[in-house]
Amino acid sequence: MVVNKNKSSKPVIEIKEMHKWFGNFHVLKNISLGVNQGERIVICGPSGSGKSTLIRCINRLEVHQQGDIIVNNVELTGDLKNLEAIRSDVGMVFQSFNLFPHLTVLENCTLAPIWVKKLPKKEAEELAMELLTRVKIPEQALKYPGQLSGGQQQRVAIARSLCMQPKIMLFDEPTSALDPEMIKEVLDTMIELAETGMTMLVVTHEMGFAKKVADSVIFMDEGEIIEQNDPKNFFNNPKNDRTKLFLSQILNH
Amino acid sequence: MSEKIYKPGNYPDLPPPPGTVGVYGWIRQNLFSSISNSLLTIISVVLLYYLIDGIIGWFFLDAVFDADSKIACRKIDDGACWAVITRRVGQFVYGFYPEAERWRIDITFLTMFIAFAPLLYPDIPKRKWLLYFSLFYPFFAFVLIMGGYFGLQKIEYSLFGGFMLTVILGVCGIVCSLPLGILLALGRQSNLTVVRTLSVCFIEFMRGVPLITLLFVASSMLNYFLPPGTNFSILVRVIIMFTFFSAAYIAEVIRGGIQAIPKGQYEAADALGMNYWQKTRFITLPQALKISIPGIVNTFIGLYKDTTLVVVIGLLDPLGIGRAALADTKWNGLSTETYLFVALFFFVSCFAMSRYSLWLENKLNTDKK
Repeated sequence: MVVNKNKSSKPVIEIKEMHKWFGNFHVLKNISLGVNQGERIVICGPSGSGKSTLIRCINRLEVHQQGDIIVNNVELTGDLKNLEAIRSDVGMVFQSFNLFPHLTVLENCTLAPIWVKKLPKKEAEELAMELLTRVKIPEQALKYPGQLSGGQQQRVAIARSLCMQPKIMLFDEPTSALDPEMIKEVLDTMIELAETGMTMLVVTHEMGFAKKVADSVIFMDEGEIIEQNDPKNFFNNPKNDRTKLFLSQILNH
Repeated sequence: MSEKIYKPGNYPDLPPPPGTVGVYGWIRQNLFSSISNSLLTIISVVLLYYLIDGIIGWFFLDAVFDADSKIACRKIDDGACWAVITRRVGQFVYGFYPEAERWRIDITFLTMFIAFAPLLYPDIPKRKWLLYFSLFYPFFAFVLIMGGYFGLQKIEYSLFGGFMLTVILGVCGIVCSLPLGILLALGRQSNLTVVRTLSVCFIEFMRGVPLITLLFVASSMLNYFLPPGTNFSILVRVIIMFTFFSAAYIAEVIRGGIQAIPKGQYEAADALGMNYWQKTRFITLPQALKISIPGIVNTFIGLYKDTTLVVVIGLLDPLGIGRAALADTKWNGLSTETYLFVALFFFVSCFAMSRYSLWLENKLNTDKK
């Protein structure tokens, strides 16, 4: 397990008694969660449990209807100015990569820094190349996403988010759409990122990653946080029966 | 055939069986794959020979290219009588534009290619400078064609006609309707109710009314709707109608393109903190327009050919000029030659548009390279 020296007690995300509905369907029920700077949290749970919706609420890709979400001391409301500020501080990596297919890898990485952060083009390109080197694909910079493998695309997506120099990174099942042989390269990139002290919220089924990197593991079911614990206790002595069942299903095969 | 035995992992790439690739393979597979196919091939070749022989004879070998009338043509040879075209080619191209001033049309037409080059070919050298010329070109073209400034003789629009009129109407309609169509497509997708409703009403009205009706409105009624004192020439009014009409179609084509973009693209752009206009400019439109190229060019080609409808409000497009020529007793009855010539002109223009769109689609295809 990677020891987290970067974890501090300074909260960067505070969620208080948050509820969300899709129509009449109550997806998130009374969620309260605090995340400190540098903390790495893994969220797991069966499909439909609301884990993706939860992290999508943090950069307001989904709108919550009740309760508060405070990111970097700014409360998430309908105010567009606040929202764009928060979104440029919170990076997100998607299950299906969502790279812009009409732009080269380099342009994917420099678009938002140039237009949202108003970085000069040259600086943005230098930063992008630095981060592409960090995810180990600088040689693909001038190719288009369609010419890369899934693992490479996901690493570009990570670099693209990092180019905005975010304080928090959200990962929404980053390895679920990948072939088994490519999962490792993406997980390695994420582990390296964790070592730099990035605050990370990761929705994933990769329990090896959770054991290795997470400061805390959250189990969600039917829109509720059922259990939250450090990885050692979470995997060795789960308290709740539903957690036990879930773990037995994903670990014993 | 004896199979060689290779160790696992050492199987080499073997060439395909002989006679299945290359020119010989193609001929064998496509033309002579069976007895009936071979027969059909031979019969087709013989038929084609006679057909092409007849066509070339009529068009070129037995054709008459200069004569004083149809009767004079027939005395010389029995092929096509192109004299009706060659004797009136000036009218077909320039309408009734004064002969001494036709150089103005020539220059406008030739410089049009320079003005379009940087817009159509993004990789062209010195593009930035050429783009300034493109911006300046509409004023340049207007002054040169209409006259009235810098000592140029003022030409009445009623003298316009022929291919020149088609190109003016077509190019103006195409150039104006694309941006308007984009705005309407975005308006139709907008969250603002007023903008959305106005866009939907405009699109549905324009698509629901025949173009001829709009042209009649342009020629007779438009002045009632405009503030008193404004008086556009009929040419401008017709261009406005063509623009509105095809903009409505283009808007729907582009809306299809916008809806084909996966939701994840917007989410990624949102997550990066981009605002509406940044998303539209960098993510939505480049992808939507790329998807819509075939539909947009389809609409352009339709618009270009529909310019012939102006004949109903008394403007002399190439078909109008052709009819005038046929009404002349000297050329009575040469409709085949006349209409083929006009058709050829339209075909060349539309085929060029179609080839350009294919080229562009290929260039923008970033998936396989």
